[in-house]
Amino acid sequence: MRPWIVPVIAALLLAALPAVLTPYTQDLVVKIAIYAVFALSLELLVGAAGLVSLGHAAFLGIGAYVTVMATGDGGAASALWLLPAAMGAAALYAIFVGALSLRTKGVYFIMVTLAFAQMAYFVFHDTKLGGGSDGIFLYSKPVIQFGKTVLLDLDRKADLYYTVLAALVGTYALLALINRSRFGHALAGIRVNEQRMRAAGFATYGYKLAAFVIAGALAGLAGFLLAVKDGAVNPELLSWHESGAVLLMIILGGIGSLRGAVIGAVAFTLLKELYQSEALLGPLAAHWQLTLGLTIIAFVALLPKGLIGLKARLSGGAHA
Amino acid sequence: MRDPKTDATEPLLRSNLLTRRFGGLTAVNGVTLGFHVGEVHAVIGTNGAGKSTLINMLSGEMPATSGSIHFDGHDITDWPQPQRARAGLGRSYQRTTIFPEFSVLENCRLCAQAALPRAWAVWESAQHCEASLATAREALERAGLSDDAQRSAGTLSHGGKRQLEIAMCLATKPRVLLLDEPLAGMGAEETERMLALLGALKQNHAVLLVEHDMDAVFRIADRITVMVNGEVIASDAPAAIRANRDVQTAYLGEGH
Amino acid sequence: MDFATFLVQCLNAVQYGLLLFLVASGLTLIFGIMGVINLAHGSFYMIGAYMAFVLAPYFGDWYLTKLMVGVLLAAVFGYLLEWAFFSFLYQREHLQQVLMTYALILVFEELRSMLVGNDVHGVQAPSWLGGGFKLGELMSYPWYRVFASVACVVLALALYWVVNRTRLGMMIRAGASNRDMVRGLGIDIQRLYRIVFAGGVALAALAGMIAAPLSSVYPGMGGSVLIICFVVVVIGGIGSITGALVASLLVGFVDTFGKVFFAEYSGIGVYLLMAVILVWRPEGLMKRSF
Repeated sequence: MRPWIVPVIAALLLAALPAVLTPYTQDLVVKIAIYAVFALSLELLVGAAGLVSLGHAAFLGIGAYVTVMATGDGGAASALWLLPAAMGAAALYAIFVGALSLRTKGVYFIMVTLAFAQMAYFVFHDTKLGGGSDGIFLYSKPVIQFGKTVLLDLDRKADLYYTVLAALVGTYALLALINRSRFGHALAGIRVNEQRMRAAGFATYGYKLAAFVIAGALAGLAGFLLAVKDGAVNPELLSWHESGAVLLMIILGGIGSLRGAVIGAVAFTLLKELYQSEALLGPLAAHWQLTLGLTIIAFVALLPKGLIGLKARLSGGAHA
Repeated sequence: MRDPKTDATEPLLRSNLLTRRFGGLTAVNGVTLGFHVGEVHAVIGTNGAGKSTLINMLSGEMPATSGSIHFDGHDITDWPQPQRARAGLGRSYQRTTIFPEFSVLENCRLCAQAALPRAWAVWESAQHCEASLATAREALERAGLSDDAQRSAGTLSHGGKRQLEIAMCLATKPRVLLLDEPLAGMGAEETERMLALLGALKQNHAVLLVEHDMDAVFRIADRITVMVNGEVIASDAPAAIRANRDVQTAYLGEGH
Repeated sequence: MDFATFLVQCLNAVQYGLLLFLVASGLTLIFGIMGVINLAHGSFYMIGAYMAFVLAPYFGDWYLTKLMVGVLLAAVFGYLLEWAFFSFLYQREHLQQVLMTYALILVFEELRSMLVGNDVHGVQAPSWLGGGFKLGELMSYPWYRVFASVACVVLALALYWVVNRTRLGMMIRAGASNRDMVRGLGIDIQRLYRIVFAGGVALAALAGMIAAPLSSVYPGMGGSVLIICFVVVVIGGIGSITGALVASLLVGFVDTFGKVFFAEYSGIGVYLLMAVILVWRPEGLMKRSF
């Protein structure tokens, strides 16, 4: 079976969903889809290139903050420049962080990426730049309009839904292309044995930096969408809890596969909703960190290959 | 007797007073050697003689404390390893460093890809990259692995993996081959095959061979350099080395 | 800035740096010897601080006794935690260690929330360490801060002595360079790891207990100290205690004087310091050395 059939069917199903969903569920789907974009962006780093970053939320947050700050209170901004601006800002910070942190490896890299995310967190949390711990509101959602004709108004639920879906499909397609390209194959080689790749003639630092910046830009895309959906941003978007969460998503779904990243985003978001639901769990819902923590420990201990690995184990085959 | 310094042909790769110190320890001391096309130049010595350090400095993995390295007329002493590899300095490793989860063909294709331009062209599929595929197939052919092209590299026998190690080195179209114990752990038949391959390769390449298998070394080498405690004590044709007093003293009890 | 203020800030910087050193040394030891990256290390600091708060009514002014009891409890806790949880992490890859220890943070935070609540608490310094001594005309420097610095120096010296002058220390250093060899020599490496881990936890908890009267006790304190410790370890070099000391003091100064001169932007000073070190010496100031 062609590998792209399942994703295409999933995309079509998602496109048809608004017809049958309640507004709350539609909101939830949008939220999951945005986190799926976020997870996919990290998958490029961790799954493809083998770079475990614990500071990826910084790029999500920067994309979100730039979206809000660049809009200001002057009315709706045009998405045509706002989106590139948000992604560009995230990419710029990714160049800075990547250039420095890629000088380190392994555990150092993990710690350094975390530290640089914390630095960005402090900028938005403590300084006048970010509006402090309360965050800022997005006063008008971006639009695409020419003269009087409004082609896209992200304030409308349907427009937002299909924009997010398009972003998800686009990100998935882009990453699939990258993975099958020479660049993607080189990243895979670097993940397995960077020294060998250097011996063959690959300037590995450049490849890793490119992956880091692309991942950062895509996280910025997710940030833009999140800011538009929520209508507000706050510094916790850059917190290490957010960075930890997205890392959890991809390990939940299974590292090394794009589907895994999406599945992980779905599973994690639903799991969190479940654990925080008073209706289902009563008093335990208030202590969702405990249940979530224990679940993660059990999960990583028992299913290191994630949900995708579970499917492979159940079907008894060795799935690539 | 051939004296490296008055040799008529210019060596393709040459080191000049190459030295490496680790704090108080001098692992390699003032090594001056030349490697010519058409020649298998073996470097032998006991463990700790500095052979690995020497190869690591030549390939670019380790910086030299002092001295210089010249390749094809360029001073490459400060060049990083990838740059040396793209210029034509290929190496294989003592511990097998293949990519076990990729296919045998993909292992070679990936190495061949390093030299290709436009790495950023993400819309082009790697599997259809004719240039790297052709080079890879050729390398596999020379290493005798064509039949195993589609196999997962991790399933090869030990000897097969060593062959793949060489094939990957060949896929980068090197002009100098730095081979670090390619025969390690090989049985008699596999060793024969490898020696035949080396014999064929030396026609168009300069080959540096670090090896412990003395029989193989004396069979295949055109020149042998003996290192003890980081220094070169002799560098000559095999027959002369065999008769060399200093070498015999150094190897007394080692046997060969 | 007049001299008295400058001196006070220097003393503050040293005291903060030394406290950081206690926590960071545990972190770098555990990573250097067992190869485990432990995100929950900050939680041990928090646990120490909350212990100081919880135990305060029972010990009153018997401050040193309280500290010793706390350290003992922390060491036992660390020993058991290594046995029950961390010993399974050594063979796993870094990503899994990160996630497991991150999950552990969530568990600790929630347990703390359930047992002690989410409020911010102050902890009183013992009365015999109250007040301060005069510095210049207007300033006085709290005795408790002096005590904190002195305690940290004593502990640092003790740590140096243990690592460099005892058999245990020799085994630790040997285990750091060559795990299999140590095992081959018949040394019980599992018990060694357990002891080292317990020691690291005890150090972090002790730092938290000492810091409690200074910074008060609040939910996020584990996380903040952890990330700063990561910066310390990156700057100082993993596995190097001397490096951790130098880096901790550097961080102490940058942070303290940063707050004085740059107010709201001071939070990022430490990270800029780290960025500079990364440009200059990515492997840390000192390579692995004890």
